[in-house]
Amino acid sequence: MMENVVLFDRVSKAFGAKEVLRGVDLSVGRGETVAILGASGSGKTVSLKLVNGLLRPEAGRIETLGYHVSDLTERELLPLRVKVSYLFQGGALFDSMTVFENIAFPILEHTEPSSEALRSRIAALLGLVRLEGIEALYPSELSGGMRKRVALARALALEPEIILYDEPTTGLDPVTGLAIAELMRELHSSLHVTSIVVTHDIPLVLRVATRVVFLHEGRFVYSGTVKQAATESPEPVRRFFEAGGAHA
Amino acid sequence: MHESDSIVLHIGASSRLAGRAFLTMVTPPFDFREILRHVYHFGVGSLNLTNITALFTGMVLALQTAYALASFGASLYIGEIVGMALVRELGPVLTALMVGGRVGSGITAELGSMEVTEQVDAIRSMGADPIRKLVAPRIWSVVFSLPLLTILADGMGIFGGMIISVFEEHTTATYYFQHIFRNMAINDFGSGIGKSFFFALIIGVISCYNGLTARGGADGVGRATTNTVYAAAIAILVGDFFLTKLFLSF
Repeated sequence: MMENVVLFDRVSKAFGAKEVLRGVDLSVGRGETVAILGASGSGKTVSLKLVNGLLRPEAGRIETLGYHVSDLTERELLPLRVKVSYLFQGGALFDSMTVFENIAFPILEHTEPSSEALRSRIAALLGLVRLEGIEALYPSELSGGMRKRVALARALALEPEIILYDEPTTGLDPVTGLAIAELMRELHSSLHVTSIVVTHDIPLVLRVATRVVFLHEGRFVYSGTVKQAATESPEPVRRFFEAGGAHA
Repeated sequence: MHESDSIVLHIGASSRLAGRAFLTMVTPPFDFREILRHVYHFGVGSLNLTNITALFTGMVLALQTAYALASFGASLYIGEIVGMALVRELGPVLTALMVGGRVGSGITAELGSMEVTEQVDAIRSMGADPIRKLVAPRIWSVVFSLPLLTILADGMGIFGGMIISVFEEHTTATYYFQHIFRNMAINDFGSGIGKSFFFALIIGVISCYNGLTARGGADGVGRATTNTVYAAAIAILVGDFFLTKLFLSF
């Protein structure tokens, strides 16, 4: 039986009077790539941020890699966050730092490599996302696609067990989006990481996801394979796939 | 929610941030490179603003003092009044107001834009502490910079007073400085510098708090920046009263 690395048990989350998640259950097995789909504002990113404790639930229990996320303090969550990387929608690269410094940030925060080892590690990470030789550039000098890839290199710096992708292809042209999707698939097959992807991009889902969950009115109303989601799923899910260009 | 409730909540939340920040500031590791970078940026970058403010304040103070003392035939004694007013009060307060406006708003804008572009969450998600990475070095650098800027501003203000004393009142510079230093005790100078340490903490905490709680894009960052200038100015002026009472009791 597949080991669960992420577990939501009756998790609720609200912002003021607005209830975003209403007692949701979710489990993600090791090595899976789960796509979270749903309309804008349905709580997809909130779900992602609950996984590593960037947000805290109002009720329910969250367990990630054996850590009881909902019960831990910010300090107690630090070791978990080393194992769970987050790729932010806009990249969230540090504007005041070069590409080299951005990728070095998590490495230097948790390890003490020699300067030579650090340089070669960063070159290797940039090679992985096919962006060699841009170490000295600042984020403002990069295109949207390059920023996403540098952010991905930074997310991979600590060799995480889980990667959380928040809209990894939003704002990118289809060719760059495809390149990111290929990259995600390669990373999954070569590094065997567990991935949770929040996206509206159906072609991306078709390429990378091993399972799809659908968030609707604060609840996960569907969980199944990509093929089933496109053909045999309930109405809102099927309509989402059809509108996204996946025809049954 | 009433506005008064909201103010109480902000004071409570910023006090919690201050508590965490002060604890972090005195526990290793210390990022000296980052602190120095900010000292240069905040301190050296503010020199012209604080020095010009102090120079002309000293000159205006000397002119006004000479005018007021003329009716008693005592206009030659402007040195005592200008020196005492600048070192005990105007130097630290005006420098803090200038730095609160320039540096405080800069810190809030920087942290606010980092917050709304998820860079602060990125720091947390990589297992690092934003208080240690962002807040502590900035508060330390204001604490290092402001007293030094105040000392320089005191000097510039006294120099401005001297210009008026020499060219308008036709005294000598030696006469002016003798009158200043004859009446000034180390406590007068110390109380001004002591105040500037507290003002630095006020500016650092308010600006970091407003930056980290900015929400809603450019509009939110703009509002947070304005709030910093407003709140820092009020806190400095109110704090000055209590600090003056405190230092006068020694």
